[in-house]
Amino acid sequence: MHNSRWSEFAVESLIRVLGFSTVGLVALIFVFLLREGLPVLSEVALPNFLGRAWYPTFGSFGILPLVLGSVLVTVTAIAIALPLGLATAVFVREVAPGWAREILKPMIEVLAGIPSVVLGFFGMTMVAPWVRQTLGTATGLTAITGSLILTYMALPTLISVAEDALDAVPKSYRDAGLAMGATQWQTIWRVIVPAARSGIVTAAMLAMGRAIGETMAVMMVTGNAARMPTEWDALLRPVRTMTATVAAEMGEVAKGSTHYHALFAIGIVLFVITFAINMTAARAIFAKRRRGGLR
Amino acid sequence: MSRKLVTLYTLLIVACAAMACAEPGSTTGADSGPLRAIENKGSDTLVNLALAWAEAYMNLHREISISVTGGGSGTGIAAMMNGTVDIANASREMKAEEVAAAEANGISPVEHIVARDAIAVVVNPSNPVDRLTLSQVSAIYSGQLTNWSQLGGEDRPIVLLSRESNSGTYVYFLENVIRLGRSESQLLFSPDTLLMPSSEGISVEVRQNPNAIGYDGLGYVTADQKVIALAVDAGMPYVLPSVATVNDGSYPVSRPLFMYTAGEPEGEIKEYLHWILTEGQILTGELGFVPLQ
Repeated sequence: MHNSRWSEFAVESLIRVLGFSTVGLVALIFVFLLREGLPVLSEVALPNFLGRAWYPTFGSFGILPLVLGSVLVTVTAIAIALPLGLATAVFVREVAPGWAREILKPMIEVLAGIPSVVLGFFGMTMVAPWVRQTLGTATGLTAITGSLILTYMALPTLISVAEDALDAVPKSYRDAGLAMGATQWQTIWRVIVPAARSGIVTAAMLAMGRAIGETMAVMMVTGNAARMPTEWDALLRPVRTMTATVAAEMGEVAKGSTHYHALFAIGIVLFVITFAINMTAARAIFAKRRRGGLR
Repeated sequence: MSRKLVTLYTLLIVACAAMACAEPGSTTGADSGPLRAIENKGSDTLVNLALAWAEAYMNLHREISISVTGGGSGTGIAAMMNGTVDIANASREMKAEEVAAAEANGISPVEHIVARDAIAVVVNPSNPVDRLTLSQVSAIYSGQLTNWSQLGGEDRPIVLLSRESNSGTYVYFLENVIRLGRSESQLLFSPDTLLMPSSEGISVEVRQNPNAIGYDGLGYVTADQKVIALAVDAGMPYVLPSVATVNDGSYPVSRPLFMYTAGEPEGEIKEYLHWILTEGQILTGELGFVPLQ
């Protein structure tokens, strides 16, 4: 008796320490980012840092093209992935017979396990030539190529989370819909999907967080040209993302130089964006809970 | 990327080889004497060649251990000035301020040219353009010429490919081709230039894309890319890069690769450098660099 209480106490404190250390580690990472990145503000004038030219070896540290590049690639990827993912989730959860669901669900989860460098290689050798020939772009290494690869990478997250959200809609909603004389399609579209709305928003946000932080595949297929993606056909031209910039340049940069601090400053911007996305996702969950409705 | 991996693996192999060398000496107490170490650090362009030299030399001279690391020309030169390495590898000449700093430290650096490297300009084999002047290449890479028809080719947009901006080759190409060696020039790579993370990235894109133009060290050019013949000016002869044209100076875009020592080399370092400049040059050609005559 005495013994078991002791072991319970030990396990409880262990879990508490582990839980707090996770939070502590995230805080430490942020402190580290700030320490290494903030000096750039004293070394580079603000208009330069927020400017349109990224030539780090020649003193131009404008991060605007990189931020816009990341945003363009990510938002496009989610815009493609959301309808596809939602439709797949609805099919798997609401339409497909039980045996088909048993096959589809694990297959979707396997998709999430494909290493990003493999997808990058696939993108470089298969998708890029296809984009160049089909869309008639000058090069296949474009923003849209990156978005297509990111769509592929974001889909498993999106489908799994959206499917959980649909799963959480009580059976009584479906029964009520059908009893009112609605068809299956009407029940799904007018009742179930709206009821699962916040979960679907969360799914999109989590997928976006996954997509904006992706590095290797994006670096291999977007061409990495630090240009301002502001033309109407910017999607069909190369872009350089924040993650690819950090990954490509960090290896060779002298520790403590302005360039080094600038790369960490990009890390801060990326961290803040990801944090904001995750906060939005969390708000969507909590807002629903407060109304006492469904998760 | 892949170059770095190769470097890492080769370093591991060298480390293992060094241990393998050390062990029989210590266990059998052979009369080879103590192991003499040479530290060699610097340019990433040179690192594979320096490793190949070090391995071959250590096989010939069991009593010598040579460790090679990359990190960039500047890193190697700084380490040589601080006395932490014996030989610094550099893909560029020492700057005047570096020489001044070394002399303030009581060190007079000595320059040794150990190999030459040609930079080839490549296009897709289906591109009819096969010759360019340096000022045309400069106009292409700075974004003034954007269509192959302006150069006698088909009506296609030009897609610019380059290595990442931290590569020594990038800086060399900018200073000597885009800026045509003029120090007052402020030209930069066009912002539309695609920066590829590896030589492999450049060769894949050049192979697939008839719009592409790229550049890289001659050792990295594969058979499925078309090498452009370059001329200094329109009236001058157009020359393809090769060992012969680099050595007689007719190919305009080649650079010497250096090793620097603190003062005149002595003892085993002198012997090693002498070996590099003689027998070692066979390896230079095998790795795609241009051997000295």
